[in-house]
Amino acid sequence: MQFMLLFSRQGKLRLQKWYVPLSDKEKKKITRELVQTVLARKPKMCSFLEWRDLKIVYKRYASLYFCCAIEDQDNELITLEIIHRYVELLDKYFGSVCELDIIFNFEKAYFILDEFLLGGEAQETSKKNVLKAIEQADLLQEVRYTPNHSHVWQI
Amino acid sequence: MSPSVPLQEMIRAIRSARTQCEERGVIQRECAAIRAQFRQADNGGRSHNLAKLLYVHMLGYPAHFGQMECVRMIASPRYSEKRVGYLGAMMLLDEKQDASLLITNSIKNDLSNSNQYIQSLALCTLACMGSAEMCRDLAPEIDRLLRASNSYIKKKAALCAVHIVRKVHDLGELFTKAARSLLTEKNHGVVHGAVVLITELCERNSETLERFRKTVPDLVQIMKGLVISGYSPDHDVAGISDPFLQVRILRLLRILGRNNEGASDAMNDLLAQVATNTDSTKTVGNAVLYETVLTVLDIKSESGLRVLAVNILGRFLLNNDRNIRYIAMTSLQKIVGTDHNAVQRHRGTIVDCLKDQDASVKRRALDLSLALVSASNIRSMMKELLSFLSSCPPELRSQTASGIFNAAERYAPSQRWHIDTILHVLTTAGGDVRDETVPNLIQLITNTSELHCYTVHKLYRALLSDISQQPLVQVACWCIGEYGDLLLRGECQETEPVQVTEDDVLDVLETVLQSHMSFPSTRGFALTATMKLSTRITENVDRIRSIVSIYGSCIDVELQQRAVEYNALFKKYDHMRAAVLERMPVIEKNSQGHINGETIKESQTVKVKPGEPQQPANQVCDLLDLLGGSEQPLQPSPALGSTAPPMPVSTANTVGGDLLDLLGGLEPTPITPVATVTVYEKDGVTVTLSCEKQSDSGLTVTLTASNSTESDIRGFTLQAAVPKSVQLHMKAPSGDSLPARGAAKVTQMVVLNNPNKVNLKMRLRISYTSQGSAVQDTVQIDSFPGLGQ
Repeated sequence: MQFMLLFSRQGKLRLQKWYVPLSDKEKKKITRELVQTVLARKPKMCSFLEWRDLKIVYKRYASLYFCCAIEDQDNELITLEIIHRYVELLDKYFGSVCELDIIFNFEKAYFILDEFLLGGEAQETSKKNVLKAIEQADLLQEVRYTPNHSHVWQI
Repeated sequence: MSPSVPLQEMIRAIRSARTQCEERGVIQRECAAIRAQFRQADNGGRSHNLAKLLYVHMLGYPAHFGQMECVRMIASPRYSEKRVGYLGAMMLLDEKQDASLLITNSIKNDLSNSNQYIQSLALCTLACMGSAEMCRDLAPEIDRLLRASNSYIKKKAALCAVHIVRKVHDLGELFTKAARSLLTEKNHGVVHGAVVLITELCERNSETLERFRKTVPDLVQIMKGLVISGYSPDHDVAGISDPFLQVRILRLLRILGRNNEGASDAMNDLLAQVATNTDSTKTVGNAVLYETVLTVLDIKSESGLRVLAVNILGRFLLNNDRNIRYIAMTSLQKIVGTDHNAVQRHRGTIVDCLKDQDASVKRRALDLSLALVSASNIRSMMKELLSFLSSCPPELRSQTASGIFNAAERYAPSQRWHIDTILHVLTTAGGDVRDETVPNLIQLITNTSELHCYTVHKLYRALLSDISQQPLVQVACWCIGEYGDLLLRGECQETEPVQVTEDDVLDVLETVLQSHMSFPSTRGFALTATMKLSTRITENVDRIRSIVSIYGSCIDVELQQRAVEYNALFKKYDHMRAAVLERMPVIEKNSQGHINGETIKESQTVKVKPGEPQQPANQVCDLLDLLGGSEQPLQPSPALGSTAPPMPVSTANTVGGDLLDLLGGLEPTPITPVATVTVYEKDGVTVTLSCEKQSDSGLTVTLTASNSTESDIRGFTLQAAVPKSVQLHMKAPSGDSLPARGAAKVTQMVVLNNPNKVNLKMRLRISYTSQGSAVQDTVQIDSFPGLGQ
């Protein structure tokens, strides 16, 4: 995978993970153009599109678009599964995750992603193991985190 | 970790800003506070501040002043600070920043930390943004971790090694041994990492690939375990056991089995098993099947397995899920060359996908459909393609039109069908066709002389209904100009003839001339066509005369020039008008290798044929069959003196033209002619001939041309033919333009060898362009001065 972007239906970026070295300017340009392209697609359309020389795989979950750019030899269908697995992990961690969880706890979203993918590839194929590792790491920060707190901060 | 209160407060404040301006204000204040905090000593809130900064960065605001803070935080002993510090490093520091090197030492230390979660942070960061230098520094550490650590770390180290190999290819050697041994581990994460690493190593280095071929049986074993084993709750996804690992193993098998019989044989059974047993009701099963199909088609699989794979793709094509259909077509595209017949079986479904709502699916279906057109299905496929053209999205129209043209050219069952098809495309998608369509179509039309009447009728009708599609209008004008007499005759075998008067035809042309929709080039076509009609109609010549003289003061320079020249043709050269405007000869189709529209300058820099004479492009090149050497045919241009630039063509119409190149300089050798005789004199163009005996059978003939008219002549060329036994070498002419009033001459030398001493005759063809019209004439020379014959 070259990069993963999460953005809302209004085009606001909620998470960006880049696995290739690009300048800030290039990243902004790519993000802007890709977000525009994906938002222009109609609901029933194919989840895959060819953009520049990359294959883009995207899926919408509620109000968030999950968008991955993969290389030519990568399997598009399994990328859809990877996206789905990430959503499941977030869901398990936050308990019925919604966009606000990801906004207010963006660093957690990153930590979870970093336990699931490494260098653009899946590192752990067992959901249980990923969640266990996150739990342990959180404990290491000495104070137990209770996911439901996040809802207190909703606007 | 308790939710970062400061962070969440800031996020709330930013989100409650009502305008962009307000938001910027909030962020500026926050950033100022963060900067101040960074400068202070450790106050326990560092991780919150950095987290705030990262949020601001994600919104798109500059955050480079946080880079050093990241470096400091990474070195902190507190886990919470390390965690955010590494996150910051991944977001703010990429390998292009100098500051990234500063964290190399911290990473090194953390890689040997006793706590695996700290090791994990270092590994993750290295794999995400490690530069080549950092990778080189830390590779030995990674190798150590690959061998001696727990599975949690091993799986991460494996993927880190993948990143290192991508950055520094040579380091692949370092990890080969460790990768091999990792395959035997039980932990799925570790095996997955190992497979990815081995894939990367094999793709980079063919020697490594050879070595890893021995692992095929092990991989097959692992796959079998996954496919056959019972329910494993940890790794199950919709009934498939660890599909992520399955897909990666299949991909590695593909690389190992490619071009290798032995390896392919070893995996045959397994692939068949996976293909038949995998449940294809959900996406995840289809993902595994997809990878299996790709592997089967890429290795040296036996034919039964290949058929199985293509059938799976056929099933995919019928799947309700659009994604699956798209995937199927992408895969079929890859094999349409090699397994053409197998793909043909699914043609019906593919053609149906042309009607899909989704643009990506449509595009794939178009590509595949065009690849599947063959002589046997051309008629039905063309029907589908033409109906697709009328409803397809605009970005695909040009591609569809070219595809249709190519297919029609290759497989047209009849000339009339071909012409009809092209006309259909021009009426539906006229604006999206390529430029060479017009000359190609004109060339096709002139070649089918039996259909001239039919064609001109059809085009006339098309023109009556719509004059907005420029290529169509251009071709129609050209045809009406050429074959207007057929139109006026009022009879046609192939189609219902129109009953038109000369006025009607001229009305149509005038409408095109005056329409604001017509391009300048189109109006040029229309004007020339009007002019041509002056010789094909009988009563309304005066009307044409007046049209032509009106356009003599047109603002468009090209039109004005034409009109003035045609006017001159009416006034001063009326005797020539019929000859100038007579029916065009059949244009020969040229071969692919020709350069179209290059400048004169370029042709002179080509070493092979120096100083090539320019030919008016609309000329038939086959000279008389007295000549042995064949001439390369020319690309035709659609109208007399059209805007297309002249083309360089080899008219070294000599036997042994290569000899010419060795001999040829650009200047003809100066030979003073002994006696000169005028062989051609017409329309102000004079050609004189003189010859000099060189040897018993050899003779050098010099031809000199001059122009006494008021206008310059361009593209002047001479071609010569002699009796069979005589050898002829034409040297390069001195030029190809004759300025007006005899300001300069063109000379060309011809070397003849007459060993059999036959009666020497020579036929000379003179071609040039004057005042926008092409002229061609032939003259026979029976006696040569100075030869005493």
